[in-house]
Order: sequence, then C-alpha cells, then structure tokens
Amino acid sequence: MNRALALIPVGLFVALLVTFYLALGRDPTHIPSVLIDKPLPAFDLPGVRAGTAGLRTSDLRGQPMLLNVFGSWCISCVQEHPVLMELAREGVVIDGIDWRDEAIDGAKWLNQNGNPYARVGNDRTGRTGIDLGVTGAPETFIIDAKGRVRYKQIGPIDADAWNNTILPLLKKLRSES
Amino acid sequence: MKRIFFAICALLLLAAPAFAVLPSEQLSDPKLEARARHISQELRCVVCQNQTIDDSDAPLAHDLRVILRERLLAGDSDEEAKAYLVKRYGSYVLLKPPFQANTLLLWLGPFVVLGIGGILVVSYLLGRSRLQAAPQLSSEERARLDDLLKPETSE
Repeated sequence: MNRALALIPVGLFVALLVTFYLALGRDPTHIPSVLIDKPLPAFDLPGVRAGTAGLRTSDLRGQPMLLNVFGSWCISCVQEHPVLMELAREGVVIDGIDWRDEAIDGAKWLNQNGNPYARVGNDRTGRTGIDLGVTGAPETFIIDAKGRVRYKQIGPIDADAWNNTILPLLKKLRSES
Repeated sequence: MKRIFFAICALLLLAAPAFAVLPSEQLSDPKLEARARHISQELRCVVCQNQTIDDSDAPLAHDLRVILRERLLAGDSDEEAKAYLVKRYGSYVLLKPPFQANTLLLWLGPFVVLGIGGILVVSYLLGRSRLQAAPQLSSEERARLDDLLKPETSE
C-alpha cells in the first residue's frame, strides 16, 4: 500500500516531463482558431478595383478551397506569394482577403506580383479579419464544400505545410464532397 | 551638487509613463473610458501575446481597443464586451484563464498535488508511530531480561 503511494510522485513527475516535452514542440504564437468545424462568419467585402466583384461568405462553398488573408503591407505575404501562384496554376481555388489595406494598394500589389486569387475582397477596416480571428497576415483558412472552416494555417504556406497538412486535408475534403 | 541631484529626481517624477492608448481612441465619457481601460488591461494582444491590448502599440491591438469601446458605447456590459472578443479569438485573449473544462487541471492541479502530498505525509507518520509502538515484551521475556540484568552477586 505504502509502496504504491510512493509511486504517485514519480508518476506525477513523469507526467510533467511528458507535458513539458510536448509543449516544447508547440509554437505559443499560434493561437488556435475557434472557427474550426464552424461556418465562416458573414461578410460582404468590396473588390480591390472599382467595379470588380468582391468576396462574400456565400462565395466560399460548393467545393473545398483556400481563403488567404494578405495585405500589401505584409512582408511574409511576399514570401508566400509564389507558392499561391503555383497552387493557382495547379487548379487550387484560392480566395483572398486584402486585410487592413487600402483597396488601391491591394490592387497595385496584385498587379505587380500576379493574382492567384479567384476572388478578392478588400477589408479596409480590418473588421472582417477580426471576425475571422485573424492575428496577422498571412493566414490561410481551408474551407470545405459546405462552407465550414476545417483548418487555419498561421504564417506563410511553405512546402512542409502544403505537403504534410494542407494537401492531405484538401484531398480528404474533395473525397468527402 | 545635491541641488542638481534633487532637480533631476524632480524632473524624473514629472515624466509620465508613455501610453499606447491614443487620445483619438479615448471615449469622452470618463466612466466608460475607465471601464474600457480596465477591461483592456485583462485582454491579451494577439500579436505580441505577453502584452495587454492596453499596453501594445500593435495595429491589431489598436483595432481591438476601438472595438471594445464601440461595444461599451453600444451598451454592452464588461462581460459581454469581453465575450465579443472571446467569440473571435477564444479564451486565449483573456489574460486570466477562465474556470472551465479544459482549465480544470490548471486551477485544481495544485490542490490535487497538495492533497496527494498530504496523504503521503500522514501515511508515513502513521506508519512510523505504529512501528514505535510495536515491540512489546512478554512477561517471560521481561523476567528473563530482569534475570540477565541482575547484578552478579558474589557466592
């Protein structure tokens, strides 16, 4: 009985070690999204160019797609941009939100760098981004055919994130729909 | 020399801490503004994370301060205004973690560990006192011991 009791602190210590070890691999700057498995909040954004269509919640359904939050002021977005261009060439549907940005700056940025987006909405005030729980750009939401958020990528999409997380999930979502 | 020293101290006392909250953000109603300041000191800046949105110069912290004040102007209670942001960013934005299912371990863990430690100490102490009380001599053993300890007398 006593010997069994004496093992409890040892067990607790091991549990602590395991917890700390797991926490080592976690990036504390990645705030988990509360939108996972929930529908996107309602938004209706104007386009970046006068007279062009913007982006609204109802656009993001019917097939699995990406929703990328960017801005002309965003440095990591420049780094991510070639990846998005490549994905668009491969036929991945990507919608964009030009976040906390003047529409004209967003339009200029897309002119200079190329436009990988099927649709782009300009969120000048940043309120839609906040409704989405965006903590910084770039962030990318993976949306299923029913318009629900299934995953959020924080920071640029790189080869590792694409091959190991996003592509497998997109394949799974495509087989679902 | 002394005078200069005191003068410098006096000047330092005059220096007010720099605030991240811009005058343009502040509400004209001092009561509401005080509430907004109080709430924003309990909310984490989601960009810089270890700062409150009250302290942070990050553009997103500015947006959140403005939203918070809008909610208060719209008649939200402090809790409702906080809930508005929690709905978007999760309980992560609260610097004081709420008492809920996934924070049970955080809140109750120390007491559980203390309880287990207490049980161990009590069981150890009980075991020791039982050990001390255990060896009792029987009457034959005592008689034999007395016999052995009897000083030897000369024949």
